[in-house]
Amino acid sequence: MSTSVSVAFEKARADGRAALVGYLPAGFPTVDGGIAALTAMVEAGCDVIEIGLPYSDPVMDGPTIQAAAQQALDAGVRTTDVLRTVEAVAATGTPTLVMTYWNPIERYGVERFAQALYDAGGAGLITPDLTPDFAPEWIAAADARDLDKVFLVAPSSTDERIALTTAASRGFVYATAVMGVTGARAATSDLAGPLVARTKRAIETTAPGLPVGVGIGVSDGAQAAEVASYADGVIVGSAFVRTLLDHPGDLDAARRALVALTEDLAQGVRS
Amino acid sequence: MTQYDADLHGWFGGAGSFGGRFMPEALIAALDELEIAWQKAMVDPAFVQEFEGMLQNYAGVPSMLYEAHRLSDHAGARILLKREDLNHTGAHKIRNVLGQALLTKRMGKTRVIAETGAGQHGVASATAAAYLGLDCTVYMGEVDTERQALNVARMQLLGAEVIPVKSGSRTLKDAINEALRDWVASVDHTAYLFGTAAGPHPFPSLVLSFVRSIGDEARRQCLDLTGRLPDAIAACVGGGSNAIGLFAGFLEDPEVAIYGFEAGGDGVETGRHAATIAAGSVGVLHGARTYVLQDEDGQTVESHSISAGLDYPGVGPQHAALAASGRASYFPVTDAEAMDAMALLARAEGIIPAIESAHAVAGALQIAPERQGQTILINLSGRGDKDMGTALDYFGLGTAGPSPVSEQGEEA
Repeated sequence: MSTSVSVAFEKARADGRAALVGYLPAGFPTVDGGIAALTAMVEAGCDVIEIGLPYSDPVMDGPTIQAAAQQALDAGVRTTDVLRTVEAVAATGTPTLVMTYWNPIERYGVERFAQALYDAGGAGLITPDLTPDFAPEWIAAADARDLDKVFLVAPSSTDERIALTTAASRGFVYATAVMGVTGARAATSDLAGPLVARTKRAIETTAPGLPVGVGIGVSDGAQAAEVASYADGVIVGSAFVRTLLDHPGDLDAARRALVALTEDLAQGVRS
Repeated sequence: MTQYDADLHGWFGGAGSFGGRFMPEALIAALDELEIAWQKAMVDPAFVQEFEGMLQNYAGVPSMLYEAHRLSDHAGARILLKREDLNHTGAHKIRNVLGQALLTKRMGKTRVIAETGAGQHGVASATAAAYLGLDCTVYMGEVDTERQALNVARMQLLGAEVIPVKSGSRTLKDAINEALRDWVASVDHTAYLFGTAAGPHPFPSLVLSFVRSIGDEARRQCLDLTGRLPDAIAACVGGGSNAIGLFAGFLEDPEVAIYGFEAGGDGVETGRHAATIAAGSVGVLHGARTYVLQDEDGQTVESHSISAGLDYPGVGPQHAALAASGRASYFPVTDAEAMDAMALLARAEGIIPAIESAHAVAGALQIAPERQGQTILINLSGRGDKDMGTALDYFGLGTAGPSPVSEQGEEA
């Protein structure tokens, strides 16, 4: 049974805090190692999990996530391994999304993937290179199963496109708050606040109650706290990946570092 | 607008078929801005006149249509060569970059980025940037920078920065990825000079608008020379900009057969090739739905070709639509067949073609037996200077003495 991420966002909202959304690509460092890492992140305080589907041509990703995805691909990770990872993480009861470039879904078959994701207990998809105006097949397949459709808005988006995007999104809308690829950043962006404000204005009329998650390269609790002051969700990816890359071959140490990072971030979204 | 053009959303061959715009939202505004600026420019006589003036006075366009008598004797068909190899910088690509760079200036941007495989589009971009006073950064796969060091030097001499791309397969497709990553972060002041008629809308249509003069000129030149249209036209297809430029002039002449020749590498059956239409499947790559070399999971498979300019696992979406509709036919030509054709053209006509273009020559020779006495017009899209290192290795050239290139080339 699939659980929408909106459940997690509502719970966080009721607690008067932002939700913590954690990302790792599937199959990294191995399929089972990835499942263990994601499970540890859930136990340490992630409210929503995003599982990346490793892809050969990840144009929106910076070097950290690229390296992890490439490592997973080199080890032979398959789309079915991603679904297995979803099943294992969703079994914890934490809403679990897949973040994927579009071609692997089209190749698997949009209907077939939607059904497999639903059967695995996945909440839905985040589609970084698919905008609602080019997504009729996915929108139909997701609507038939009440799967979350997380589309992205960017600082360069016009108000008209933000309205189009929020109207088409379910679960949350993903604000990419820097103009650039994924990656941890020391300073937070001054583009984020205005983008979230414009997005919230659009949501009032297009999708009342739709949460706004912000991806901006957050890597510690203090940055998470800052983003949590204006966003409904704080999305952290590269920092988790970096933590695993920094502990090659030592799963225990990696796990401890992941838990420490998650706890710091979870503290941040609560402050 | 004809049935062969893209619709308003960039679809060729009907909504949802080929093309479109599968891109991050962060780049949509830039693509919209580009599309509007391009459409306005193309109906502005001042822009069109300036572009045509640059082509004539700087690029050496229109290129001649040359009747290749000795090659014709060999083939048993009347062979006409559209001499794009004689353009400034040595290929058709100068047309595209001058158009896009002029558009960049018109949009008030000061920097251009480009991806390059063989280095031809990089050199052309660096040239156009120097000519128009723009900053230029070129992304090139690390493997290609090693294969084409001379072109790296040319770009640097022209004032461009060449960035070696170390991710993925370290070839053209990864250079495109890296250029897109740059563009996401620099879009307010930077234009992306896309090197072929592929990518997200409006690039396939925009690039076509700057290279379609190849076909328009060839059509007129053929009528002037022979009094009629050719029976068949041929071009090599990697991304497919030289081919679509030629084809566009003849699409609405149903009596003209259209052939695209893809890089067959070691042979399609070996799996080491770049014959995207012949042996790929429909997918989404670099912003467009088209034929893609991909595995069962939709991961892009590395392409292989002796010609870096054809070594790309995707193809322009308009070619995909032309193949699907049957208006054009696409066949693979192997490395060996292309190299034989390179040697043949050199000896028969005194013209050393780019290895890319040699695929078109080889393909035309393969269709000639069915077209004895007919006229075949080939786009000789580039010259072979850049490929002399490859030819030197392949044929064992470079040591003084009799030519090691056997007459076999002429028999092949």
